[in-house]
Amino acid sequence: MSQGAASEHVEFVLPGVKCAGCIAKIETGLRPIPGVRSARVNFTSKRVSIDHSSEVTAEALRRAIGELGFDAQSVSTVAPSGDRAESRALLRALAVAGFGAMNVMLLSVSVWAGAAGATRDLFHWLSALIAMPTVAYAGQPFFKSAWAALRRGRTNMDVPISIGVTLATALSLFETIVGGPHAYFDGAVSLLFFLLVGRYLDCAMRDRARDSVTALMRETAPGATILLPGGGTAWKRAAELEPGMRMLVAAGERFAADGVVEEGGSTVDCSLVTGETLPEALSAGGTAIAGTLNLSHPLTVRVTAAGDRTSLAEIMRMMEAAGQSRSLYVRIADRAARLYAPAVHTLALLSFTGWMIAGAGWHQSLLVAVAVLIITCPCALGLAVPVAQVVAAGALMKRGILIKDGSALERLAEADCVRLDKTGTITRGRLQSIGSLSLTVDEKRVALALARASIHPLSRALAAHLEGEHVATAPVEDLREYPGLGIDGRLRGARVALGRPSWLGAEAGDGATLQVAFLAEGDAPKLLRFADEIRVDARDAIQRLGAMGLDPAILSGDRREVVMPVAEALGTPALAELMPADKVDTIALLQAAARRVLMVGDGLNDGPALAAGHVSMAPASATDVGQSAADAIFLGDKLMPVAIAVAAARRTRKVVRQNFALAIGYNLLAVPLAIAGQVTPLIAAAAMSTSSLLVLANALRLRNCAR
Amino acid sequence: MSGLTLLIPVALVLGLSGLSAFLWALSRGQYEDLDGAALRILIDEEDEL
Repeated sequence: MSQGAASEHVEFVLPGVKCAGCIAKIETGLRPIPGVRSARVNFTSKRVSIDHSSEVTAEALRRAIGELGFDAQSVSTVAPSGDRAESRALLRALAVAGFGAMNVMLLSVSVWAGAAGATRDLFHWLSALIAMPTVAYAGQPFFKSAWAALRRGRTNMDVPISIGVTLATALSLFETIVGGPHAYFDGAVSLLFFLLVGRYLDCAMRDRARDSVTALMRETAPGATILLPGGGTAWKRAAELEPGMRMLVAAGERFAADGVVEEGGSTVDCSLVTGETLPEALSAGGTAIAGTLNLSHPLTVRVTAAGDRTSLAEIMRMMEAAGQSRSLYVRIADRAARLYAPAVHTLALLSFTGWMIAGAGWHQSLLVAVAVLIITCPCALGLAVPVAQVVAAGALMKRGILIKDGSALERLAEADCVRLDKTGTITRGRLQSIGSLSLTVDEKRVALALARASIHPLSRALAAHLEGEHVATAPVEDLREYPGLGIDGRLRGARVALGRPSWLGAEAGDGATLQVAFLAEGDAPKLLRFADEIRVDARDAIQRLGAMGLDPAILSGDRREVVMPVAEALGTPALAELMPADKVDTIALLQAAARRVLMVGDGLNDGPALAAGHVSMAPASATDVGQSAADAIFLGDKLMPVAIAVAAARRTRKVVRQNFALAIGYNLLAVPLAIAGQVTPLIAAAAMSTSSLLVLANALRLRNCAR
Repeated sequence: MSGLTLLIPVALVLGLSGLSAFLWALSRGQYEDLDGAALRILIDEEDEL
């Protein structure tokens, strides 16, 4: 982030936005905050984008939204413009094609209704005038893609489309010049229109998902303070660090490189790497991992690996390697095109030669060949897949599931076994209060003031809990943090404190939960208990996944004694203490046995496994790496979205197949007519529109597929 | 025929103005949040935006 008064931009995902009241509350609540220039909620993508100056930090804004009663999950700042360029261009082309199609059709209807002689010729000329610029502009997405495919010696759906549209336009122009009876301008333009609808929907879906995907590695440290050999210190960027250097890491700083602790003892938040929410103790001789957060005490660390040799960078490399197999996946429409394009071209060529042999003359033969090309043009086929997928993705979005692209839906439908991470996936990955807090309203206000003063995970969890209850802060003064112990302050002269139970003279309970004590002078200390709880519907979700034949199991990097109770509670097999590479190996083994694995995980340690899986999902609370590696992201505190997404993907696959059947059935009926030379522009237009509408109507049945 | 010389240009001009209005709205970002636009009409705006 740049310094100074530069304008900054931040976006948060807001799963809780449900109505106009929420929009108004957030926007009017954020605008008065000093430093906030503008705040706008996008209801469709459930995000708020805020332009602010450096006066106010993103973290403060997140907290402010929390105080308004909404859970804001941070996403990295994607470039606000530019990434939508493709769908914008398609939408412009779509608008132009729509305009052209309407007006050419208007003129064509008059011709079909019986206009003859000079009027017909005039109308054909007008159609040519509208259609040719339209085709030249709106056809570009197809021409470009077809040309790119041909240059690499391949063929795709766009090749027959481009040839069909170009030939039809050229031939119609010729017909117009010689004053012939049939011009196919309407067919060429409305074909482009229908196809652009499909293309745009597909692209819009990818855009929407890209919005919710975050950039990699946002949370790494920019650099570190280095102890110079001759005494004194210097700030060095992470890239300039080298093994052997000694860096000073203050409390609240992230480690910029891997290293061994030489001096000091502290607690470290490793959630970025392991997904584990509980802070881990780190003392002299211990290993610090780049990217993790030093919580309580300053440490002196001797660098052992820096730059692209850190374990963090290693994980990134593994992800890239694991993700390569997935880029080989061929989408269903492209698979269809591989069979379809050669068949169509052969058929058109055969009709042409057939009519030539029959002695019809080249003009008549070409007319028939073009009619065959137009009729077989994969109009319904081009719509069959994207429309179904977009309707399904829209339905899923309403349930808080974001699908990154159509291919993710196709692969999700193919999954036949599911592997889940524990921390952050089956559990919520956040510390939650066990039961309600045993505090009075006044005490809560004091506790909030104290909790806000610390970045310790327990303080944050407490603050988040209290913000959720809309507690206001009490005016606590002289706030002081005692690293490793707690925080205290004064309220109207009396000491109040929040911290380790032993520090405040409270009796700690069992070790399974995390506890923090609250003390107000004069009263006995009160214990507040926190744990990372299993998502409420995890058991139901796992059962449903099992019933769908997905054979769920847990893959966790956590300790065995933590994982096993969870596995038992859910009744699933589990593997514990897996390193990131072990998870990838487990998945590779399954895939080698021809299983298609759906991986669900959130942490950086799951990144490679998410990339290796046939398809993957991550909760919105996941780390950046987890989110960007996953094909789908689910919002909220439930696990059921995983099962819902698979069910919806399977329903979508069914509808896509029906749509293919409809489109092919239509071709079987219409192609013989075209080959026989019986297809006039009127019949071509009617047949094309009917099949497209049928496919659309069938896809709309998916509106309620997210169940 | 004389009616056509008037009506066809009128139809084209109307269509083109619709097209340009759409392209304008698109470039102004009015299609970014369609669901939100439907809800915003319910918000009582007290201060000037």
